[in-house]
Amino acid sequence: MSLDEQTVRKVARLANIEIADSDVDRIGTQLSGILQWVEQLGEVDTDNVEPLANVVNIDLHLREDEVTDGDCADKVLANAPEETQGFFVVPKVVEQEG
Amino acid sequence: MAQLIQGETGEWEIVIGMEVHAQVIAKSKLFSGASTQFGAEPNSQVSLVDAAMPGMLPVLNKFVVEQAVKTGLGLNSKINKVSVFERKNYFYPDLPQGYQISQYEYPIVGEGVIEIDLPDGTVKEIGITRLHLEQDAGKSLHDQHPTKSFVDLNRSGCALMEIVSEPDIRGPEEAAAYLSKLRMILRYLGTCDGNMEEGSMRADVNISVRKPGGPLGTRAEIKNVNSVKAVQQAIDYEVQRQIEIIEDGGEVDQETRLWDPNKSETRSMRSKEEAHDYRYFPDPDLLPLHVSNDQIESIRTTLPELPDQKKHRFMDDYGLSLYDASVLIAEQQRAQYYEDVANDNDAKLAANWVINELLGILNKNEKKLSESPITAENLSGLIKLISDGTISGKIAKDVFADMYDTGKAAADIVEEKGLKQVTDTGAIEAIVDEVIAENPDNVEAYKGGKDKLFGFFVGQVMKKSQGKANPAVVNELLKKKLG
Repeated sequence: MSLDEQTVRKVARLANIEIADSDVDRIGTQLSGILQWVEQLGEVDTDNVEPLANVVNIDLHLREDEVTDGDCADKVLANAPEETQGFFVVPKVVEQEG
Repeated sequence: MAQLIQGETGEWEIVIGMEVHAQVIAKSKLFSGASTQFGAEPNSQVSLVDAAMPGMLPVLNKFVVEQAVKTGLGLNSKINKVSVFERKNYFYPDLPQGYQISQYEYPIVGEGVIEIDLPDGTVKEIGITRLHLEQDAGKSLHDQHPTKSFVDLNRSGCALMEIVSEPDIRGPEEAAAYLSKLRMILRYLGTCDGNMEEGSMRADVNISVRKPGGPLGTRAEIKNVNSVKAVQQAIDYEVQRQIEIIEDGGEVDQETRLWDPNKSETRSMRSKEEAHDYRYFPDPDLLPLHVSNDQIESIRTTLPELPDQKKHRFMDDYGLSLYDASVLIAEQQRAQYYEDVANDNDAKLAANWVINELLGILNKNEKKLSESPITAENLSGLIKLISDGTISGKIAKDVFADMYDTGKAAADIVEEKGLKQVTDTGAIEAIVDEVIAENPDNVEAYKGGKDKLFGFFVGQVMKKSQGKANPAVVNELLKKKLG
């Protein structure tokens, strides 16, 4: 599978990555290479094979419903570029809520 | 009760499916041990898992899984013994992971059905498509600063159940009835508090229109509809908008629209369309979730009597109408209060007093049932006094008002104020004779055929007895004496 320019730009947009026009071709070729490599898995016959979620035979671990964490706003906010009164501060985003 | 809308080119049918997000009642979050309590200081209930710090791993809350199974059973739905958590990828400032952990192809709960009660007294079944577990996002505040948004992650990672209905809903009343019934069931089950003001229950409404019986039209998804009233308003608006577009020769876009409660309109959220490619894939941090038959059956034993079961029992055991039963089961506490009153009384009379008098006066005074000055025991006492003829229904209303003001028992008020009904025939007869003697003209007219005057005589006797004369005895004596 080879990626066209439009698909490369769409993938970049979905991944929130800005790419220069001059890079589109090069990145398209690289992504196509990766896809071709992964597509080799399609050559394996998997008819009648159950999907495998994990290579070791363990069950999903569940925890009890107890409050054991939180109350560490200073740590949570430690890397925030901007904060005020305990809030993260980000450039205004208004499209989702009225 | 499919409601058809008259357009310029004929009638239109409304087709609605709903997605309801209900916050699961649990002490801690879906995948972290941070508290879920509402109203805490910003970012004080955030673990490093919720903040999506590198290397943090989600660990599933066992109780939340049980709550989801319980809800599935309450919605008469199939419980899936294997379900899978997947990542739904999109970017938004209140979603620190860059993806929401949700369930997609394999939800924990599959198909089911609930009954809704319509205003015309009929019952309709609405199909449930699925219920899945997912993380809630944080909260953005946009009105605190001219160029910045403030983000609080306390809600981030709280467990939500997304409950998806089949497109079986045919109008605003049905949508309102569906949302109300769903809320009632969740509250009975104790799996969601149903508090729409605090956002613990939120609805997205998928709306389309079509010619009756024709192929489905293109739907719009309306977000941010956060009360039963808003759901009805948003549907009314959106249906008119779509019919106008189609009748003007246009096409409805399949898109997400936002309900604006201030302007009472829906508007396009076009910018979100591009992000609709969510690229779901199984979350590699979480194994498939297995629920055993034993677990399901042991959760089934914890189910309370559900609203519809209670409704049918009230109709069968107490002989109530569908309407009365529906009003009484709306809240568990109300239903319990009613049963305490109805227990050893005339059940229909008890229903009338609870619905018309008690709920009426509480509503007028903006009080909850839990704040009622009249206990179930005292109301029961009042109804006994009516049933055994100690007081008349009319006097009972005055006693009721006194009970509401003072919190006293009915019998004590009747005793103190001397309101006991007079059933002594001799005493009533004396009054009847008095009234007949005082109104010779009316007696003459009555005997001449003016039957309506009978009511006048009853009124006079009741007045003279200060409302205490037994009406049945009064009627009987008057008939005899007036011939």
